[in-house]
Amino acid sequence: MSALDGSYQKGEVVLAARNVAKAYGNIHALKGVNFDIHRGQVTTLFGENGAGKSTLMKILSGVVQPTSGEIVLDGEPIVFASSSQARDRGISIIHQELSLAPNMNVRDNIFMGREIMTATGVDFAEEERQTRLLMAELEENIDPLTPVEDLRLGQQQIVEIARALSVNSRILIMDEPTSALSATEVEVLFKVIRDLTGRGVSIVYISHHLEEALQITHHAVVLRDGAMTAYAERKDIDLEWIVRHMVGDNFDLGSPPTGYEKGDVALSIEGITVPDPAGAGYSVVDGLSLSVRAGEIVCIYGLMGAGRTELLEAVAGRLKASAGKVVLKGRDVTGQSIASCIRDGLVLVPEDRQRDGLVQTMTVGRNLSLASIGAFTRRLFTSTSREAGLVGEAIRKVHIKTDGGGAPIGSLSGGNQQKVVIGKMLATDPEVILLDEPSRGIDIGAKAEVFKLLAERARQGLAVVYTTSEVGECLSIAHRILVMRRGRISAEFGPDVTKEQIMAASGEAVHAH
Amino acid sequence: MSVTPAIDTKAAVRGGKRKKGFVELLFEGRAFFALIAIIVVFSAMSPNYLTVSNFLIMASHVAIFGLLAIGMLLVILNGGIDLSVGSTLGLAGVVAGFLMQGVTIPQIGVILYPSVWVVVVLTCLLGAVVGAVNGVLIAYLRVPAFVATLGVLYVARGIALLMTNGLTYNNLGGRPELGNTGFDWLGFNRLAGVPIGVLVLLVFAVACHILLARTAFGRWLYSSGGNERAAELSGVPVKRVKIAVYVLSGICAAVAGLVLSSQLTSAGPTAGTTYELTAIAAVVIGGAALTGGRGTVIGTMLGAFVIGFLSDGLVIIGVSAYWQTVFTGAVIVTAVLLNSLKYGRR
Ligand SMILES: Nc1ncnc2c1ncn2[C@@H]1O[C@H](COP(=O)(O)OP(=O)(O)OP(=O)(O)O)[C@@H](O)[C@H]1O
Ligand SMILES: [Mg+2]
Repeated sequence: MSALDGSYQKGEVVLAARNVAKAYGNIHALKGVNFDIHRGQVTTLFGENGAGKSTLMKILSGVVQPTSGEIVLDGEPIVFASSSQARDRGISIIHQELSLAPNMNVRDNIFMGREIMTATGVDFAEEERQTRLLMAELEENIDPLTPVEDLRLGQQQIVEIARALSVNSRILIMDEPTSALSATEVEVLFKVIRDLTGRGVSIVYISHHLEEALQITHHAVVLRDGAMTAYAERKDIDLEWIVRHMVGDNFDLGSPPTGYEKGDVALSIEGITVPDPAGAGYSVVDGLSLSVRAGEIVCIYGLMGAGRTELLEAVAGRLKASAGKVVLKGRDVTGQSIASCIRDGLVLVPEDRQRDGLVQTMTVGRNLSLASIGAFTRRLFTSTSREAGLVGEAIRKVHIKTDGGGAPIGSLSGGNQQKVVIGKMLATDPEVILLDEPSRGIDIGAKAEVFKLLAERARQGLAVVYTTSEVGECLSIAHRILVMRRGRISAEFGPDVTKEQIMAASGEAVHAH
Repeated sequence: MSVTPAIDTKAAVRGGKRKKGFVELLFEGRAFFALIAIIVVFSAMSPNYLTVSNFLIMASHVAIFGLLAIGMLLVILNGGIDLSVGSTLGLAGVVAGFLMQGVTIPQIGVILYPSVWVVVVLTCLLGAVVGAVNGVLIAYLRVPAFVATLGVLYVARGIALLMTNGLTYNNLGGRPELGNTGFDWLGFNRLAGVPIGVLVLLVFAVACHILLARTAFGRWLYSSGGNERAAELSGVPVKRVKIAVYVLSGICAAVAGLVLSSQLTSAGPTAGTTYELTAIAAVVIGGAALTGGRGTVIGTMLGAFVIGFLSDGLVIIGVSAYWQTVFTGAVIVTAVLLNSLKYGRR
């Protein structure tokens, strides 16, 4: 590709949006935005949930068409009728929501639609070789022939990244590529990004992990309510600048709620063991015990693959534990169905909102009320007004930015979809809530809101257990921080622990953040 | 199912609603407008088409497919398919015919003539049992719906043939001295001029509409068809819902079998062959997605009427049976084409 031959000016604008606006019905997702992408550099787009980041990226990559305004490529106005046209011009995108075919293997996903052909058909051997190279570059130990559905979320995200890399495009858009990655994986990705920019590839990066993004970016652009509110070069700004422009005030993630008596033990897990689903013989959760009191907030930190998801799923009745007991308020609920766990007040907010959290064919309201149908059913029939009340309350309490309960779920921005999943479970009025990476894909404002909400509910006696792979989130509302490593709890800390201590206990190399 | 963000395109289509309101309206009500178009065209071509008596006759034909289609809708909303309904219909007719002929109990040497309502209840029960077999195979033994119901299609048809030796039960009228008359009531009688079969369809349609729109079960069904994993994690008893839809589909098929055999006053073992396909067509024309989670009773009823009125209309204007088949096929493909436009899958 000519852009990569070295005869370019670093920093010159390769692709730009000029006065781009986009309306979905009467929702104005973008209101006349100017945005430049610089050659061989990283431009990061910051903004709250629903600010219009993904929309702008979809326009630049031909996935959706703007209502007005134009796109300029190498100084020439251009119209992309489809994403494949944009791909032909060297622009590719990693979508916020995964777009892999779960039933197909890694190799076929990476080369989907661009199969390497020989005279006799697809050259699987060559595709496999290239896949291995990509995986080696991303320092990931994934076999090209594994079906994607057998990979954990973070690995799926790696495959998604590998697919975008395999195109060899000169402009690469990454919409929250790291939301499910571990710190080490992010580190590797950044190495790859530096390598790409060194070769003249231009990168657009979107992330709600602000500090992380600051490590890599050259330019920072802040979007707010569909308009560009600030632009600066990296050398002129710091974290505080971004937060100020994104949400107005400085936000922190809160502190452990105090000033009330914690109640009795609400949830007690005794020696729970979950065998490896692939049957490899070892246990992903290995005789783990834990008890949480009413009103207490417990954070479980761990790397991807530490067994956090399996632990929570086994407790909530989703996975079968091979040994151990789950006791909810003194009552043994081991092996109970998910439905009766919810009835008894033990709920799980799953990690993967697309696969486990949302029903795409239903509206926002119906998704929100799905777990509490009983609450608005009298005798046989559901009550429309009661349901509307419940939905309205959930939308208000979790601060979901939506056109109303009747909007299709696909019309919400990623972070707001995440809030729907959390709101759905809080609407059941639980006693114990387990949240698997609740902050995945939500902005710091929303994250602070979610944590505040959880802290508030804890004050009223809710027992909260949440997992995270971001150390910063451990040091927020949690009264107790547990570090999980290879299916066991490797350390337990109070709220006054340091990031370094937590990371050391997780088996992670401490790097200079 | 892939996780492709097809949502974007779909939402974009919907987003343009306010601009092209009229086109959108035409599109939303496509089955309705198709029905109107069919009525207008055939009325223009034949003076006999647009008469009350012809409408009632056509409606009683539709009743059979309509009942099957209601059951099929429930199954399709769940993301499944029920190929066994045609055979279940046939088997139900044969069993009803068998019961009407009297059941001989050799041990005590008496012949029992169950009264008509007992026959009706037993036949419905039979439909439920066939549906339950489907449901258990699919929900618990994890046989794909297509295969499980295909197997049951053959088994049910085979049993019907075995029971009758390939012959047909005639004279289902019953005899007054045996106290089992009234079977033809379903097929021939009218209430306020409307054939009973049509009223039965109406009752089933209304009940099913309420079931879907106003009960917890309806919500469970839509959610487990849309995303079974998410529904299960929200406490929806997905397995029970699955079995229930096949049971309900079996009952609908049995009722359709009763209506058909009483319309004909005979019950043959091959009745209802390929009706399952007509039922699927009605559901699809009515705008339901075969992937589950989307569809309404009203749409399905319109779909059933489109198919019924179209094929009867072609008969009335004297088009050959071969062309009828071609037309029906074209309508089905067009409907699916429009659906895929609507749901934006590429
Ligand atoms: N297909 C659509 N139909 C209707 N509204 C939409 C659609 N896509 C996006 N929107 C709306 O446009 C706005 C911007 O959404 P967008 O997805 O660009 O946000 P975002 O900045 O990427 O947020 P997040 O950080 O949560 O991913 C939101 O208010 C969203 O509800
Ligand atoms: Mg987004």
